[in-house]
Amino acid sequence: MSGGVRLDIRGLSKRYGEREVLRNTQLAIEPGQFIAIVGRSGCGKSTLLRLVAGLEAASEGGLFTDGKAVEGLHDDTRIMFQEARLLPWRRVLDNVALGLPEADRTRGKEVLAQVGLAERGGEWPARLSGGQRQRVALARALVHQPRLLLLDEPLGALDALTRIEMHRLIESLWLRHRFTALLVTHDVQEAVALADRVILIEDGRIALDENISLARPRSQGDPAFAAIEKRILDRVLQKPADTESEPANDTRWTDGPAHALRWAV
Amino acid sequence: MNQQVQALPLTTPSLGAARGFALGVGRRLVPWLVPVGLIVVWQIASSLGWLSTRVLPAPIDVVKAAWRLTASGELWTHVKVSAARALTGLAIGGGLGLALGLLTGSVKVAETLLDSTLQMVRNIPALALIPLVILWFGIDESAKLFLIAVSVFFPIYLNTFHGIRNVDPQLIEMGRTYGLTRWQLYKEVILPGAMSSILVGLRFSLGLMWVILIVAETISAQSGIGYLTMNAREFLQTDIVLVGILLYALLGKLADLLARGLERWWLRWHPAYGAAK
Repeated sequence: MSGGVRLDIRGLSKRYGEREVLRNTQLAIEPGQFIAIVGRSGCGKSTLLRLVAGLEAASEGGLFTDGKAVEGLHDDTRIMFQEARLLPWRRVLDNVALGLPEADRTRGKEVLAQVGLAERGGEWPARLSGGQRQRVALARALVHQPRLLLLDEPLGALDALTRIEMHRLIESLWLRHRFTALLVTHDVQEAVALADRVILIEDGRIALDENISLARPRSQGDPAFAAIEKRILDRVLQKPADTESEPANDTRWTDGPAHALRWAV
Repeated sequence: MNQQVQALPLTTPSLGAARGFALGVGRRLVPWLVPVGLIVVWQIASSLGWLSTRVLPAPIDVVKAAWRLTASGELWTHVKVSAARALTGLAIGGGLGLALGLLTGSVKVAETLLDSTLQMVRNIPALALIPLVILWFGIDESAKLFLIAVSVFFPIYLNTFHGIRNVDPQLIEMGRTYGLTRWQLYKEVILPGAMSSILVGLRFSLGLMWVILIVAETISAQSGIGYLTMNAREFLQTDIVLVGILLYALLGKLADLLARGLERWWLRWHPAYGAAK
């Protein structure tokens, strides 16, 4: 394990036909940093993540990891999607070990234990709750020992308690493995809870780049936490919403599975 | 007083259980009343001579004929021939359907080149080909295999194609970002994702397979269940004809059970197919 990558984004633009989603974006990320990208829906934050993942090609400019240009999919990079995207026809452990050589299956078991699901390895994904599925997806990403982990709103569909539990889990695994992390979210609280640095994207541009120097583990009851959260949220809300966008702190804490609570408390 | 109060809860559940058991047995027996009744009426009608054996033999005679044919080994020989025909046709037509479905489902060029042609040919009912098939192959074995193969080809082809096209693109994207090779992606994501659809095609094909086999064997055959029944018809042995019809039904049921077994095994991860354990 060789720690996180340094990520450089230089003059990056992305257009879909006439529509320009990202404009001349510049960003330098230190190895092992935890970055959160916030913004309203449709602001271009997910596109940025897909460009970094190599799932899409830039229209202009470039991406560099440790000085090397990113072209296409990258073995050092793993992405965790908004949906768990587990293969329903593979048992939990086989999902974690997907793409690993047979000899590395023991590592799959270890990582599954790290996300607290050691004894569920033999089950079908259909039998897990939403939060457990995301934990399996996290284990699947980590088993490859990525040096850059991309998180595309992976907690968006989970209930409040499971989210807080997942924040702690992600933070502890990040502290342990020291990969560079890039989290896209529209939950400012989540961003402040996890990131070293919060970046706001507005209309395809970086509108705010703020270091969060709160000590870890962070508590949401802490006044300093609340002050930073409020400041960023106010900045996000400053610009009037365009037609179909939702408030940036839309928490979507609605209908999470009740059985996920068991693990959460 | 005290004893009575204690005794009551002890006795009622066992009484209830006995009643429940009787009800359960009753519920299982009721659906059999009508078929068993019909057979009894049929037997009585035959015994009293109301029903000519030329129209329908007595049920007991059908059982006797089945026994006679089984004892002589004749039944087994014909069943073997028919089953081999059906399965060979299925293997040829189904195998081709699967291969082409996988090809057109996964390779864009193959789809553009082949799919619309196949969709056009699909509209021709296999049985409409009989005159041509007789001209091409005569009336021997290859004609029957050809008819079966043609008819089972399309359900399997269409459902394989459809299944591959409907594999969740998010899963494919996930597989690519997790460094799966093309072959791994096929084996781990695409094929299992298409499996439920392919099995639907297989079940359709099995149904068609028996229908076409019956027609083909009835037209002409020197062996097989169709030969058995057509031969018996010439000698007015309606009991043997009935044995043949029941054999076809039995084989059809067997094939369906087999297909369902495959579904249970291959789709065991799916909550809708029960176990999921």
